[in-house]
Amino acid sequence: MADKAWTIAVLSGKGGTGKTLVSVNLAAAANEAVYLDCDVEEPNGHLFLKPEVSGEETVTVKIPEIDAARCTGCRKCVEFCAFHALAFVGNKPLLFDEVCHSCGGCALLCPANAIRETGKAVGTVSSGISEKVIVYTGRLNIGEASGIPVIKALLQKISNKQDRPVFIDCPPGSSCAVMESIRDADFCILVAEPTVFGAHNLAMVHELVTLFQKPCGAVLNKCLTSENPSEAFCVEHGIPILARISFDPELGALNSEGKIAVRESERFQALFASLLERIGKEARHEAASDSQR
Amino acid sequence: MKIAIPMNEQNLDTDVCISFGRAPYFLFCDTDTNETTWLKNSAAESSGGAGIQAAQSLADNGANALIAPRCGENAEKVLRGAKIEVYRSTDGTAKQNIDALKAGKLQPLAEFHAGFHGHGG
Repeated sequence: MADKAWTIAVLSGKGGTGKTLVSVNLAAAANEAVYLDCDVEEPNGHLFLKPEVSGEETVTVKIPEIDAARCTGCRKCVEFCAFHALAFVGNKPLLFDEVCHSCGGCALLCPANAIRETGKAVGTVSSGISEKVIVYTGRLNIGEASGIPVIKALLQKISNKQDRPVFIDCPPGSSCAVMESIRDADFCILVAEPTVFGAHNLAMVHELVTLFQKPCGAVLNKCLTSENPSEAFCVEHGIPILARISFDPELGALNSEGKIAVRESERFQALFASLLERIGKEARHEAASDSQR
Repeated sequence: MKIAIPMNEQNLDTDVCISFGRAPYFLFCDTDTNETTWLKNSAAESSGGAGIQAAQSLADNGANALIAPRCGENAEKVLRGAKIEVYRSTDGTAKQNIDALKAGKLQPLAEFHAGFHGHGG
């Protein structure tokens, strides 16, 4: 492998396709790896990796704090706020902190210096270890509107000279939170189900990674012998198929017990080790063709 | 008393708009003079915080009461701050709702939803 180990993002257009299955098993197969759970609204990788938690830090965002005694009622802050997080009623500004985007504009503009920025906790990042896998889990506090600040805090855990491969378990879909999660990825794995709906969701995330000019490949999960619309989509759009995971009762049973298949069975160890190797080849190939551009 | 009503059209004989924050227009009716005025709702096209912005413009236009089928909790906070009473509209036109309020037949809106925030509604 190159000087810097790969950062691999695992994503899918919908929930339940197998993002966590693929990312925890890849991390376990890579052994000395980093696993980042960016699905901050419902992180579940820890249920499988069961890390020994060594620390937890609070993630905060900045919100305005208004000194009513200093406020002259000029309404400059209310008029400036593009998100309408501030209203002016009863002769004083009224803040809606969950609508605030932490731009700090109101504090800069206030001619009376009545506004200063203060921290508001929105979530946590916990660190731990599972065998040799370093596990970071992001959690968004209930009721918070955006997971982006927690995802940003998680991504800061990856250094530029990372010598271990990093596996990013992304939130489902193709929203802003997913875009943030794949920002630093060298390669994206698109996990897809063998249904028409699965192919539709695959098309959405494929469009997203194409927009971000990220090299990608697909893992077809829950494969049956019947036709696979997601496979047809991959063939049509030239997306390399990195692995096919069968609709397998043994894998389903291990997963439902919160076990990591790679750590339980040689068959799955071999499956994910070969997927890992294939990703390495694809990513290297992309890096090589990139440098020729 | 100045009553505000969210409306789809600038016509007293049409129905009340289902949305508060994103209603195209607001009708203001002064019950003392029976004078009506119309305001284009600048919050209708806003990317976020429409309820807050719409409630702000009601406050700035001196409304004392709002008649609407429903209202979000952020807007309610602004309306409460501005001491604007919120009444639940009944099926029918704006005119019928104004008459119902004058006759004391409208109930205060008791429940405020958490907002749809880009998820329809």
